[in-house]
Amino acid sequence: MSSWPILSLVTFLPLVGVLFILFIRGEPDVVSRNARYVALWTSLITFVVSLSLWFGFERGTANFQFVEKAEWIPEYNISYHLGVDGISVLFVLLSTLLTPICVIASWDSIKVRVKEYMIAFLVLETLMVGMFCALDFVLFYMFFEGVLIPMFLIIGIWGGERRVYAAFKFFLYTLTGSVLLLLALLAMYFEAGTTDIPTLLAYDFPQAMQPWLWLAFFASFAVKVPMWPVHTWLPDAHVEAPTAGSVILAGVLLKMGGYGFLRFSLPMLPDASLFFTPFVFTLSIVAVIYTSLVALAQEDMKKLIAYSSVAHMGFVTLGTFTATQQGVEGALFQMLSHGVVSAALFLIVGVVYDRMHTRLIARYGGLVERMPAYALTFMIFMLASVGLPGTSGFVGEFLVLVGAFQVNTWVALLAASGMVLGAAYMLYLYRRVIFGTLAKADLKGILDLNRREVLVFAPLVALVFWMGLYPVSFLEIFSASVSNLIADHERALAASGGGSLAALWPGR
Amino acid sequence: MIASDVMIALPELLLAGLAVVLLMVGVFRGDQATPSILMFAVAGLVVIFAVLVLGPSTGGSAFGGLFVADGFALFMKALVLVGSAGTMIMSLRYFEREQALRPEYPVLMLFATLGMLMMISADDLMSLYLGLELQSLSLYVIAAFHRDSLRSTEAGLKYFVLGALSSGMLLYGASMIYGFAGTTSFQALASVFAEITVAGEAPSLGLVVGLVFLIAGLAFKVSAVPFHMWTPDVYEGAPTPVTAFFATAPKVAAMALLVRVIMGPFGEFVGQWQQILVFVSIASMILGALAAINQTNIKRLMAYSSIGHVGYALVGLAAGTETGVRGVIIYMAIYLFMNLGTFACILCMRRKDVMVESIVDLKGLSKSNPMLALVFAIFMFSMAGIPPLAGFFGKLYVFMAAIDAGLYTLAVVGVLSSVIGAFYYLRIVKLMYFDEPSDSFDQPIGREMALILTATGAAILLFFVFPGPLLDSAAAAAAALFAG
Repeated sequence: MSSWPILSLVTFLPLVGVLFILFIRGEPDVVSRNARYVALWTSLITFVVSLSLWFGFERGTANFQFVEKAEWIPEYNISYHLGVDGISVLFVLLSTLLTPICVIASWDSIKVRVKEYMIAFLVLETLMVGMFCALDFVLFYMFFEGVLIPMFLIIGIWGGERRVYAAFKFFLYTLTGSVLLLLALLAMYFEAGTTDIPTLLAYDFPQAMQPWLWLAFFASFAVKVPMWPVHTWLPDAHVEAPTAGSVILAGVLLKMGGYGFLRFSLPMLPDASLFFTPFVFTLSIVAVIYTSLVALAQEDMKKLIAYSSVAHMGFVTLGTFTATQQGVEGALFQMLSHGVVSAALFLIVGVVYDRMHTRLIARYGGLVERMPAYALTFMIFMLASVGLPGTSGFVGEFLVLVGAFQVNTWVALLAASGMVLGAAYMLYLYRRVIFGTLAKADLKGILDLNRREVLVFAPLVALVFWMGLYPVSFLEIFSASVSNLIADHERALAASGGGSLAALWPGR
Repeated sequence: MIASDVMIALPELLLAGLAVVLLMVGVFRGDQATPSILMFAVAGLVVIFAVLVLGPSTGGSAFGGLFVADGFALFMKALVLVGSAGTMIMSLRYFEREQALRPEYPVLMLFATLGMLMMISADDLMSLYLGLELQSLSLYVIAAFHRDSLRSTEAGLKYFVLGALSSGMLLYGASMIYGFAGTTSFQALASVFAEITVAGEAPSLGLVVGLVFLIAGLAFKVSAVPFHMWTPDVYEGAPTPVTAFFATAPKVAAMALLVRVIMGPFGEFVGQWQQILVFVSIASMILGALAAINQTNIKRLMAYSSIGHVGYALVGLAAGTETGVRGVIIYMAIYLFMNLGTFACILCMRRKDVMVESIVDLKGLSKSNPMLALVFAIFMFSMAGIPPLAGFFGKLYVFMAAIDAGLYTLAVVGVLSSVIGAFYYLRIVKLMYFDEPSDSFDQPIGREMALILTATGAAILLFFVFPGPLLDSAAAAAAALFAG
């Protein structure tokens, strides 16, 4: 433990970069170039600072670490309280890692309003990191909902053709869920008298309140994850967003929902969570199977990957609500892996989109002849997405299935069939884009990955293999927190007689 | 006795004196003195603000219980003065350009402000009515201040006719209450009603009817549904700085009056008025959200937006608790700053020296004038209630009160209508940021506009960093209302 307020530093460093960018004046070209460099250096420095979390984080304990606390709104007992435990620390690192990658990936492809673009990404980084660090519910909510503003602008200004529609849909969908979360938050505040998350975690909410609170949480987090049937904003948002926007959306923003379930729904409302488990399982399995089938039929690469995200996040919700050690660890691992893999896949699409300005699968084919390095990179991430052993995707899905198997064999069986479908649509995509004959005239001159793109993919490739081959270095970070969470969960259920909530609901 | 009364009402007396002196100056010096009158009026308001906040008076009741100066009044008066001074600063250049610079304008603004201060401090149905009418009559005139413009005169006339009707209802309600309770003093009314409640009796029908009429009259003044009909027309027709004025100071004053009447003498009768307020609040929020979607004129849009905001503020009042009143106070304070800023933006919408009012004119503003677009976007996101902007905190505290009071339906309807409302605020952001620019607006916007935009924009954007001062003073103001 150092005396530096590392979390505040990581959270607010990007805003310092924003200030610098705001003061850049001069010729448009110079402004754009300087804005890019400032954004790159700011995000890299932030990443380096955040690495101290990785090295300084004490493994094997479930406590919140790097805690900072200051008075904020003392009258309402709301404080500026930051801290990370095993569940959140890796998401912080994921956010700080993906931001510089996004900046590099947008280096050439964003040509208009570069200054505003970089500002939006740095603000977004602050909000994402702050959200994962927040240990006060109001603070959390501020970051959670604040994310909407930069993301709305990113999709709407730098997006594709139907960007306005996608931006509005994204904003209004997510906002609808969030406002109900706000009401639940207020209800919890009046029940427990505080918005301090560690205190709320220890508080036993009355059984009569739990279902309503749970549903309000669900409205917000399920839209964020997104779960079927409230996932429809996601394909639109992904397709229309610029590449880096999709990367952040898939890499971090979807995790906010999964994180919410793990941080709030499961530990704070154990009885309601147990009661709604079949409901969540059903939706998750529908998500896994249905969206996999939908993905098979897509003609747009980004849309296909967007649907695959919904399917993969289905595994996350499934694992979370098994409330077993393996299931929850699997859900966490799956989120991290998905954060890396789907982000990389969107970047992969971005590479050919920058060259050909189309995302239609039919417009490609036989790329392997001209772009061998690209084909190899694509293959690595494609297989990771499928869940090939040795890649990061396998560990998460396997653990989730192990967890699900302990709870319900049918659920495990159906979820596993989703994995098969996942292999089908990814391999089918890969075949259509990479293999076949290079027949199309305009593809004949396409260039392979340049140095900048190699630089973007190298860390992600390394991570995919590191997570796949030696998952322990990640598992050891969150296993203590997870076992603590499970133990608390079971203790709470035992205390309340385990599912006696059912008595409240007629017809069950 | 007299001396202490004078000290308690010192800000009002100073304001009255200032208005009369400036009126004389205007009469003798004519139109060309208007800019200096306006500057003096603003300077005078600043001095009165200082007297109010730092002044010698510790508050208390004056003039035989007609007038009360407590913490609540202090806070709301400070807001009103900020609103009046802000809109006066904004109007100077506007009337110069429109060549409608007449000395009556600042003088009438001062009289309206005086009326508002009187309303806020009213502790008797009589003084309530006096303050309200002083304010309203001044407002009727300045709504029609563009006397050569058909729309402006129509707005003034419409406002006058409907305003007179609502004053009539209010008077009728007041006479009913007087008839059945035998007094007009709020203190005396409170003790009469307390006796009724202690005796376990239901209030007589006459009292309830009087209360309903009183609320209807006041709901008209805050433009809550179903008494909102005048708002869009008047907002659209009145000269823009006057619209800015309507949207800020009088709203705060009327809301303060409503809070004082409802929580003061009628505090015991929660059961009688809570349902009315819940209905009015829900109706205002929903109408404000839905009706604004199709508007093409920015001032009309802001009219519906203000109806919606009044609905949110009433959520806090409907809770009927100290937390609720605190929520209302915080909401109105933030609302005032948001609206001042937004109208400053709207006043910057002029091309070739002509005001444009269509929201389509905002297209591509982020390219032609990035700073103005940024500030405008901040206000729009804040009005939509997106954290970390101040508008979010306003909503947070009123909904907090609603949840605390167990008004769950109201809270759920409220947050959902805020999502619908977010749509039209986002549409403005969309026009500014996602669309290609048309002709740019006249630049520069002028130093006084830049000052107001910077001040309000910074207040809204950075409110979350230092929420303490506002929250603490709002808490003190709410506590003052409940102490008595």
